[in-house]
Amino acid sequence: MLEGYKDVYVFAETRDGKIQDIAFELLGKGREIADITSSKLHAILVGYNVSKEAKKLIGYGADEVIVVDDKCLENYLTEQYVQATYHIINERHPNIVLIGATSIGRDLAPRLSARLKTGLTADCTKLEAEASGALFMTRPAFGGNLMATIVSPNTRPQMSTVRPGVMQKLHYDESRKGEVTTVKVPFDASKFKVEVVEIKRENKKQVKIEDAKILVSCGRGVGKANLHLLEDLATELHATVSGSRAVVDDGIIEQARQVGQTGKTVRPNVYFALGISGAIQHIAGMENSEFIIAINKDKFANIFQIADLGIVGDVKKIVPLLVEEIKKIKAQ
Amino acid sequence: MLKILVCIKQVPDTNEIKIDPVKGTLIREGVPSIMNPDDKAGLEAALRLKDKYGANVTVISMGPMQAQEIIREAIAMGADDGYLLSDFKFAGADTLATSTALCGAIKNFEYDLVIMGRQAIDGDTAQVGPETAELLGIPQISYAASIDYKDGYFIVERKVEDRIYVLKAKAPIVVTVLGESMKPRYMNVARLIDVYRNKQINVWTAEKTNTPAEKLGLKGSPTQVKESFGKQLKAAGTVMDNLDPQEAAKVIAKTLAEKHYL
Repeated sequence: MLEGYKDVYVFAETRDGKIQDIAFELLGKGREIADITSSKLHAILVGYNVSKEAKKLIGYGADEVIVVDDKCLENYLTEQYVQATYHIINERHPNIVLIGATSIGRDLAPRLSARLKTGLTADCTKLEAEASGALFMTRPAFGGNLMATIVSPNTRPQMSTVRPGVMQKLHYDESRKGEVTTVKVPFDASKFKVEVVEIKRENKKQVKIEDAKILVSCGRGVGKANLHLLEDLATELHATVSGSRAVVDDGIIEQARQVGQTGKTVRPNVYFALGISGAIQHIAGMENSEFIIAINKDKFANIFQIADLGIVGDVKKIVPLLVEEIKKIKAQ
Repeated sequence: MLKILVCIKQVPDTNEIKIDPVKGTLIREGVPSIMNPDDKAGLEAALRLKDKYGANVTVISMGPMQAQEIIREAIAMGADDGYLLSDFKFAGADTLATSTALCGAIKNFEYDLVIMGRQAIDGDTAQVGPETAELLGIPQISYAASIDYKDGYFIVERKVEDRIYVLKAKAPIVVTVLGESMKPRYMNVARLIDVYRNKQINVWTAEKTNTPAEKLGLKGSPTQVKESFGKQLKAAGTVMDNLDPQEAAKVIAKTLAEKHYL
């Protein structure tokens, strides 16, 4: 029953007609899997006025880009996108389908896999393929306390959503060759039952903590009244302020700045963990940082188990002095 | 009157799980079981609709008999009734087999709205809501920050990374709720006493799902766990616990400079 399923397909997520980074990350990993399994890598590009973007996907590793360009795909709506992707998968019989574990991907993928009656592994951080075509999908569970490797032995396609920021994209190569195929999907509009009333964009410029070279991260041990000390340090280091789930829940910083299992995965050059005890959910999001500096009053705090430099002490007292020290060094 | 079903799950409180610093393994003993936080927010969303427009709120859970605890908690918070699906035939279910069982159970009810939490803190998959909606053949709206009901439409704010979609749909639909969006109310003490004294929790076996056994539990699961392992933490670096603040600041600044991070 598994015969006739071949190749790797990647869902190329777009927003406002622009391909998102996660698509290129998936192509990086997809290329590796396609090569190991001696198969081809296809990107599925679904949206409205997105055809012009197709060749970018080839430059990042796709052998073929399948485009569905339709007015009904202007905004992400579950049923419209499921019909488009289902149509392609049902015709092509992929061995593997990869989708980003974004709020779009995690809405689309389970609906699609249930329609295909196949398995889906959520939010993977590691994918390994065998030449036979079998895929081993590793993901954190129990809030990151446990890693589990999942297989789909009897059903195809093997599907997974992949955590953004984990897989590496290839270098863009404009000279790469590939095909662009446009597909017309026979949509059943009678199933489109969810309507957009309004789209509210968050006005303030989006902070992207995942792009920061240095992160100054705030934990519950800092408190709202002392947040300005961290902001001063961040300014001095041209860094960005981030934080743990606890301070997001307390409303001290906004959700876009949250590091961890339910927030962002980051890998800056330097990560300051200030007043962060180091719940495993938090560590899951920052452990791949190049250099981790932790300050905490509790010498038994978990964070010291992964810090490259750990200081047992009071953030409130140390941080202002640190800003002065950095100024001195810079002045030299 | 609106008829609302809320799916809730009993989970270990993963915030309380610690790692054995020597062996690097999980310490599970003494970890309390709780109502999954996103599900509790989903229940709160249902109870707010009940407060505003009047509604019958029924909770459904799947799990071992001890999961009756969270059904009692839900009723003490304001739910009208509760059902527990409990059967060894459900054991080992992945998200698709779980959704198949829930779908079978839900079909026993008349409903306008099914609410679930976005994801459970033990599995973190966020898949059961959309998969159940697909199997029921009704629309889904996930990542909801609020739910309202006006002129025959559910109005849902779907919150994604950089924007909020305000969406509307007619009954019946499935909505999955973000935990941080709604602070759940406390249990009502009188209701709590009443539920323990007088209320019988309905316990259903697999039969009530009208689903062939091969679609349930491990047998009905297309995905399987090949292996699981504790996470290897990277080795600890230097920890200094005898510096005064001035010395500490100097050490950090010097390290940053030496490693060319400044």
